[in-house]
Amino acid sequence: MLNHIRPAVVMIALFTGVLGVAYPFAVTGVAQTVFSEQADGSLVRDKAGKVVGSALVGQTFAEPVYLHPRPSAAGDGYDASSSSGANLGPLNPDLIARVKTDADALRAEMGAAVIPADAVTASASGLDPHISPAYARLQAARIAQARGVAVQEVSKVIEQHVEGRTFGVLGQPRVNVLLTNMALDARFARPAAEG
Amino acid sequence: MNIQGWAEIALTLGLAVMLGWPIGIYMSRVWNGERTWLDPVLKPVEGLFYRAAGVDPTRSQGWLGYAGALLAFNLTGFVLLYAILRLQGVLPMNPQGFDGVSPHLAFNTAVSFVTNTNWQSYGGETTLSTFTQMVGLTVQNFVSAATGATIAAALARAFIANRGEGVGNFWADLTRTSLYVLLPIAFIVAVVLAGLGVVQSLAASAQATTLEGGSQTISLFPTASQLAIKQLGINGGGVFNVNSAHPLENPTPLTTLITAISINVLGWAAFFAFGRSVLAKKDVRALVIAAILLLGAAGSALYVIESQPAPALVAAGVETSVGNMEGKEVRFGVPASVAWAAQTTGASNGSVNSMHASYMPLGGAVTMFLMQLGEILPGGIGSGIAVMVLMAMLAVFVAGLMVGRTPEYLGKKIEAREIQFAMLSVLVVPLSVLGFSAVAAVLPEALAGLLNKGPHGLSEVLYAYTSATGNNGSAFAGLTANAPWWNTTLGLAMLLGRFVPAIAVLAVAGALVAKPKLAPSTGTLPTHGPLFIGLLIGVILILGGLQFFPALSLGPIVEHFDMLQVVARF
Repeated sequence: MLNHIRPAVVMIALFTGVLGVAYPFAVTGVAQTVFSEQADGSLVRDKAGKVVGSALVGQTFAEPVYLHPRPSAAGDGYDASSSSGANLGPLNPDLIARVKTDADALRAEMGAAVIPADAVTASASGLDPHISPAYARLQAARIAQARGVAVQEVSKVIEQHVEGRTFGVLGQPRVNVLLTNMALDARFARPAAEG
Repeated sequence: MNIQGWAEIALTLGLAVMLGWPIGIYMSRVWNGERTWLDPVLKPVEGLFYRAAGVDPTRSQGWLGYAGALLAFNLTGFVLLYAILRLQGVLPMNPQGFDGVSPHLAFNTAVSFVTNTNWQSYGGETTLSTFTQMVGLTVQNFVSAATGATIAAALARAFIANRGEGVGNFWADLTRTSLYVLLPIAFIVAVVLAGLGVVQSLAASAQATTLEGGSQTISLFPTASQLAIKQLGINGGGVFNVNSAHPLENPTPLTTLITAISINVLGWAAFFAFGRSVLAKKDVRALVIAAILLLGAAGSALYVIESQPAPALVAAGVETSVGNMEGKEVRFGVPASVAWAAQTTGASNGSVNSMHASYMPLGGAVTMFLMQLGEILPGGIGSGIAVMVLMAMLAVFVAGLMVGRTPEYLGKKIEAREIQFAMLSVLVVPLSVLGFSAVAAVLPEALAGLLNKGPHGLSEVLYAYTSATGNNGSAFAGLTANAPWWNTTLGLAMLLGRFVPAIAVLAVAGALVAKPKLAPSTGTLPTHGPLFIGLLIGVILILGGLQFFPALSLGPIVEHFDMLQVVARF
């Protein structure tokens, strides 16, 4: 095996140069030139140009004027520097208790509505930017009341943000929480007393 | 369940096989040293590699020489990666300011990437610097995949030879597979993915002020470049903790389709490349059909299982029609999640776009079972077809015992030595999985890492050793594996699962290459018809699967019956 050491060392050095340096830098160069928006993380900015998040990454929303996202196990919730699922087994008592608590809270808030599954389950990444259209529609009444506007107006904004399946077959219909909330803020003034 | 879901699953599995065919023809040309359209660009680079390394790519090595070169190269790669991990703190391109990692984590991670496993005991964005990800891990993503392919190339030469000697040149197979196959395809896929939203940034993070006035730190990486090769190389180690569930790594249903196809496409290509190189397209087509049947059955089972009412949802009176959404992303839903789960565990990839730990008990069992079959559906690039050929040899051997004839496969007599090495390769999997799991199940130090108790806890243990031995790398992520016991034993399991089969395949190649190539006679068992496909599936299920049944009964299967009781109570 000793006679193989020299080629092994030389080869790994050359591969490191080609595959570990040249390749990722070439991809970075092309991506940053042609797709700089996406390559930098699809960041979204407010009117003042301040970064408010990424169109692809979920964030915490607790105020009633906003669509609320799914439960998150990333850090303290939607910590985009520490992605994580909850990883509880299907029979774990903690999971069963957590889902029940969340579902009861939603029922108390929304009346005896049917709770969509995504509203009470933690996503795989803890950073899911989407909720199901059903969960978004369920929240329209609360948002309308908190903002003092008609439910139909809020529903219109939500329906505009429902994304369908790609090519009619890939993925699931969904609503991007951050982008919808930005549209809500743009459409309706935020009540001043909110906080 | 609905038509859309079935269509999405069929599309994912089917496209990978269909694209694998033309790429396989190209891969075979690369193995055989035939001319390719990339020659004008890559020939000079390839030549430079050989001259600098002082090797003669035309000199065919015996199986021992070939295996020695393979081990030397992998050992060197391990030492370099271990050093990078330990010294991370003083190396450049560390905008995150991470320190070097602990010795046991460095051992585990270096073994993990050299063996093409890509088990992640660490959380990517909280542990590893940009330099480590790029210069350390990305390189191994390429060359560990190419190492697997060399095994199949050598085995193909053994079958085609008539009283030959050498099985090829390891350095040439390694270099040509890396430069001609992996590099160009990875580059194209990486750029496409970046265009579809996958992040490719050298900055550590972006800072955002959320609409509600909070602050959010968004970790960034040069993700697209590593994502492309981690899928194509059937590696699976993502830059982020949650791997391909992370929305910056897998932002849309289209990226999940492209990356899920990438998981298997080169594994299938290696099947077709083997068939073309050995001039046995019909026989290899039978192997492909057997693998598709098993993988299709597993994917369908996963879709059915994950669409059942989950106990937590039933207990809380929540809508259950969309299936078990715990640990799954809304943009993927159940179909795109289970299609991925079947692909990633059938191949030895191990990347995830949903959390397998939160799957229904039998869903977890199916993913484990796919890995326990020996990672041949279609497994790693080359390593999958190689072990599948060993399975086929065992199948003709079993048939030979029944009719009392010396079995033949692809024109070579299969005798005691080949069968011994084939069995060694098959048996090391249960030895490692069940052996380590048995010890861990009674060791307090090991049990401290479990998140879930009871049968699901055993499933976490079993899944971890299955994944490590199968060089898969996916996890029931409830297990906190970054501790000395887990890092060390999982590292050993990865080494056993990688190098014992690799050496066994090369030994078989060494034995076969010297034998005369026989023309099929009337007494030869046809190895391309439905009868043989059925026999092969039987051998795979009995040899690969049945040994794990008792252990699975104590984990996911007993959990399934627990679950039925829980669901019945509400």
